[in-house]
Amino acid sequence: MTFQGWLLIAAFVGILLALTKPVGLWLFALYEGRPTPLHAILGPVERGFYKLSAIDPNEDQSWRRYAVHMLIFNAALLLLTYAILRLQAGLPLNPLGYAGLSEHLSFNTAVSFTTNTNWQSYGGESTMSNLSQMLGLTIHNFLSAATGIALAFAFFRGFARRSAAGIGNFWADVTRVTLYLLLPICIVYALFLIASGVPQTLAGSVDVTTLEGVKQTLALGPVASQEAIKMLGTNGGGFFNANSAHPFENPTALTNFVQMVSIFLIGFGLTWTFGKAVGNTRQGWAILAAMLTIFLIGVTVVYTQEAAGNPILHGLGVSGGNMEGKEVRFGIAASALFSVVTTAASCGAVNAMHDSFTALGGMIPLFNIQLGEVVVGGVGAGIYGFLLFAILAVFVAGLMVGRTPEYVGKKIESREVKLAVLAIAVLPLIILGFTAIASVMDAGLAGPLNKGPHGFSEILYAFTSAVGNNGSAFAGLTANTPFYNGLLGIAMWLGRFFVIIPMLAIAGSLAAKKYTPATAGSFPTTGPLWTGLLIGIVLIVGGLTFLPSLALGPIADHLAMIRGQLF
Amino acid sequence: MGKDFLTSLRPAFTLTILFALLLGIVYPLTMTGIGQTLFPHQANGSLVEEQGKPVGSSLIGQGFADPRYFSSRPSAAGKGYDGLASSGSNFGPTSQALVDRTKADVAKFQQMSPGLPVPSDLVTASASGLDPDISPEAAFYQVARVAAVRGLPAARVRALVQDTIRTPFLGFLGDPSVNILDLNRRLDRISATTAQ
Repeated sequence: MTFQGWLLIAAFVGILLALTKPVGLWLFALYEGRPTPLHAILGPVERGFYKLSAIDPNEDQSWRRYAVHMLIFNAALLLLTYAILRLQAGLPLNPLGYAGLSEHLSFNTAVSFTTNTNWQSYGGESTMSNLSQMLGLTIHNFLSAATGIALAFAFFRGFARRSAAGIGNFWADVTRVTLYLLLPICIVYALFLIASGVPQTLAGSVDVTTLEGVKQTLALGPVASQEAIKMLGTNGGGFFNANSAHPFENPTALTNFVQMVSIFLIGFGLTWTFGKAVGNTRQGWAILAAMLTIFLIGVTVVYTQEAAGNPILHGLGVSGGNMEGKEVRFGIAASALFSVVTTAASCGAVNAMHDSFTALGGMIPLFNIQLGEVVVGGVGAGIYGFLLFAILAVFVAGLMVGRTPEYVGKKIESREVKLAVLAIAVLPLIILGFTAIASVMDAGLAGPLNKGPHGFSEILYAFTSAVGNNGSAFAGLTANTPFYNGLLGIAMWLGRFFVIIPMLAIAGSLAAKKYTPATAGSFPTTGPLWTGLLIGIVLIVGGLTFLPSLALGPIADHLAMIRGQLF
Repeated sequence: MGKDFLTSLRPAFTLTILFALLLGIVYPLTMTGIGQTLFPHQANGSLVEEQGKPVGSSLIGQGFADPRYFSSRPSAAGKGYDGLASSGSNFGPTSQALVDRTKADVAKFQQMSPGLPVPSDLVTASASGLDPDISPEAAFYQVARVAAVRGLPAARVRALVQDTIRTPFLGFLGDPSVNILDLNRRLDRISATTAQ
């Protein structure tokens, strides 16, 4: 570990804290439907979209209608991408002449990008045409992110509104977030990436002859435009197989820093927006404090472990930290930090191969996803996931003091608690259930590259990543098979929408309630006591379920590593 | 519920098409146009030319088997530094395959440049398989060998490495690195001038 490494981590957190309020304010304007300075330019586009689609942006939708419209929109997007991938061979902008994708790979990929997971069973540069990347995948990076933020807005309205029938308009939320937030940032961001060395061309590849006279073909494409939204929208689906480790996706330490900041940017901002929406920004800061605490513990563990390195390699006469699966330009600190950021958020982009981390260094990314990616989390999904835990936390506090729990002016009653538990329980049920199935079936056991406990970790990580809609992998797993493509596709869909539906039901139920002003007897939800309770609930409810599976995977792997046992 | 479904169809399918055009066609093509105009070198892969012919990209590593050159890191991209198949090894920390590969590489370097320990990055595969850099330690480790094979003074080669080190941006973003293609091209130039 180095002083520079800790400075990097401090600078990262500092910059994000400075950006939290400005981004939160901008998001708050979109949440309220108020005009921004960009409306002068993009207002006509917004109104044109509504007109052509017969949308009344002022229609206030019930939670059911909001949910159905969101689902059908996502289904339509899914169909579009499935069709593009299947028909790829006959479509234009296919300079390397790639064939269409198989049914199961197209299904898996279409679900993956629709659900903001961006799990990749394919190698980008060896599978996808430029049209598939642009039209089939990039649009999901925008719209799955916009859907997540829209859903967070809907949930905020549940807390903020009083005796209301509706929770907002899905179409207006998605359109505004896309046009006034994601697209403008991406235009500037993509330009920065191009200037830094990320290719942006319609050519498929270029040939060079190396100094030793070998022909090297370098894959190119419209990378920068996809890279920008891949990070900002916490999507994580790389243009290339190696994702943000590929020098053409992430050429310098500076682009790496900006990519990490952009993963967390909207998630940080949304905590502030929530506080503002419920009338007390300290509510937002309390949530952010809990998130940051868990995050920094994770960073410390990964950085310490990776810097210490692999004792087995030290025994062979190799010095230094663990550089297997890491890039020299980032080094160990920026690789460790990136891995925690990308799994705390539901991004899943990687700048180092998590599969090759030390056992405990690789356990933290896995554990982050298992917590439900509520530590900052995916855009929108992180905050609504965290608020589900907050509902549980006030419920637990209410049990302790014997009062009906309240949170930000709303009584939390049996219906809300049941729905919150349902949404939270879905994750471990599917992750552990599917992992168990894959661990006993031949088709499942054919997947792992590594043997021993690390092979089990690869399977566990895959289902955790799919259900959590993260998309990163212990990439040694051979997942492009009908078994894994099918099962992981189902896992991604369930993991996304079986959290969203109960969450929207809670929003509808809360919105209809009266405002209950805080009294002297109310449990305060702003101070350090509350932050501590939140951390405890997230770790115990979210994390404890997974302890046995972690013991079989990374912890057993760690003990083997110390003993020098190989598999 | 049925009414909610019916009312969703028109906006769902129309907005899908409109957003597909805006985000899937207009946005990437506009960025391509701007990128090709303002930053043509970067937008096309940051190619490095030698006498008018592209010899590589300043951002992408290449394999160097000849002991005359500084070696790059082991690569799991295809058969090594395959620009169409980026990949890490994905070997876990207790992998027999990782140990076998590392042993062989350590032995290879021991033969060429005796001295232990070997810097970590020189015998570990990068995440992309296309890492353009090695660490300064890994470069210094190879100075004696490269100088001997080329018949150059070791001090000259060491100074070249020193001169090629890229320091971290602002002092703390990333690690110091040596671009392997840059280093080896400069090495060739020194050999060429010395020969004259």
